[in-house]
Amino acid sequence: MLCIDASHMDYQQLNAEIKSSSGDISITGCFGQRFIGAGLEHRHIDISGTPGNALGAYLNGACIEVQGNAQDAVGDTMNAGRIIVHGSIGDAAGYAMRGGELFVEGDAGYRAGIHMKAYGDKIPVMVIGGKAGSFLGEYQAGGVIIVLGLSESSRPIVSNFPCTGMHGGKLFLRSDCKNILLPKQVTGHSATVDDLTEISGYVQAYCELFGGSYEELLHSPFTVITPDNQNPYKQMYVLN
Amino acid sequence: MTGEKIIESMKPMHDRSNGLGGGFAAYGIYPEYKDFFALHMFLDDRAARKSCEALLRETMEIVHAERIPTRTTPAITDEPLIWRFFVSPLRSVLASMQLNEEECVARAVMTINTQMKGAYVFSGGKNMGVFKAVGFPEDVGYFYRLEEYEAYSWTAHGRYPTNTPGWWGGAHPFALLDYSIVHNGEISSYDANRRFIEMFGYKCTLQTDTEVITYIADYLLRKQGLSLEEMASVIAAPFWSTIARKDECEQKKLLYLRKVFSSLLVTGPFSIILGFDGGLMALNDRLKLRSMVVGEKDDKVFIASEEAAIRVMEPGVENIYAPAGGEPVIVRVKEGKF
Repeated sequence: MLCIDASHMDYQQLNAEIKSSSGDISITGCFGQRFIGAGLEHRHIDISGTPGNALGAYLNGACIEVQGNAQDAVGDTMNAGRIIVHGSIGDAAGYAMRGGELFVEGDAGYRAGIHMKAYGDKIPVMVIGGKAGSFLGEYQAGGVIIVLGLSESSRPIVSNFPCTGMHGGKLFLRSDCKNILLPKQVTGHSATVDDLTEISGYVQAYCELFGGSYEELLHSPFTVITPDNQNPYKQMYVLN
Repeated sequence: MTGEKIIESMKPMHDRSNGLGGGFAAYGIYPEYKDFFALHMFLDDRAARKSCEALLRETMEIVHAERIPTRTTPAITDEPLIWRFFVSPLRSVLASMQLNEEECVARAVMTINTQMKGAYVFSGGKNMGVFKAVGFPEDVGYFYRLEEYEAYSWTAHGRYPTNTPGWWGGAHPFALLDYSIVHNGEISSYDANRRFIEMFGYKCTLQTDTEVITYIADYLLRKQGLSLEEMASVIAAPFWSTIARKDECEQKKLLYLRKVFSSLLVTGPFSIILGFDGGLMALNDRLKLRSMVVGEKDDKVFIASEEAAIRVMEPGVENIYAPAGGEPVIVRVKEGKF
């Protein structure tokens, strides 16, 4: 395994070193370098420190594991692979993600899963162990977002305006969602056994990574949110 | 704290700016002159300084004037004359004009910035100062020898101008009296805000949007006497739908502020830190279109656009969190500590 001390490197140097090497990498002393692992395939990158914005952008099969928090736009437009964050993440995580998996132990900032999409066998998955900020799943068009609400803060499991503009995919919240206001183009219902079966593998994977019992988690009430129909915004502006 | 740490924090943030503006504000740096307003000025030439001094002497006493010490560095070029004047408005003038000393100084600053060719006041509070230039922030800090100043609070900014020119006056922080603003974002309500605020004697002269937020802060806090929390509810007012879900008393207050100061709602992405005598307030726009992270360690609070900038200053930082859009983070220095 190649070990890189990034403490005195700018993002171009660091990314050039990652690109020119082969095999797994361990990065230490990371201080805000952007685009780490962008577009990378088939390797494992372990990061200590605080990686910069757009970590794993366009990721294409590699696995990135962060021992700490990550900043904004984690997994921007990622296509395949896995990002694991042993901490919390900033805003706009999984922006336009179209495949692969993003596991976050703690909380997510604003706009997690914005513009997430799916096609054929490409189904992106985002599991947030803690709580999510406002505009969760904004414009979601596909894929699966799961929020477990495990952090202790007094915040609700998701802040204001979740699912605004959602028109595809599924969003699971481990909550009865009594106080969560949803836009009128989407519907939330209590998860059925079939719904939970669909996500049990992802919740199990979360527990394998960060601990906890997935059976116990799946025993709590879940709400599933989906758009009302194929074209929920019909005639919002023009007849389409 | 000297300026050394905050300069370090700007290094990993290098790519957030493009070298067209960097700056710092420091509070508590002039204890020996703490009762005087410290005017920091850019001056084109000696003649501009002379006429500026003459104008100041009409209404105030200049107790001390000197060039602000700088270092020569290839990273900072084309510098104007950079001076500081420690001044105190004349009692007789205040009495005859029926002004308090803050208003007298604020008016003098507006007069110089709008009417005096080649002279520009970029900082004018008591026991604080702004240091800014065209360049990357870490180079600006080196240029102004900020490791030689000791402050109880520091703010810093690297600029990446997108719509307006990069020039010395256009770098952040923007300051009026002891209020200073650093801003990451772009205000889409700028002209609506400018039209409103110019009715109250402020003049927007700096060709950039951030300036107006400084004047809004001065207007709401100093002239209208609003609290910092109330100011946050004006410039980052919650949506009507969010207000509707609050309790009755809170609703009443928020509706009042939105209605009375509707022209001071700041829209578009912003993440700002307001510096003031005795503390800081950080605030995001209500949609939180820019990032902001807050952390603590012992008796220090750190606020930055990226967690990495905080980790550089304090690797063992605790209680890291991202405030919600429109949620002000107010930090005050313990009573009597400065």
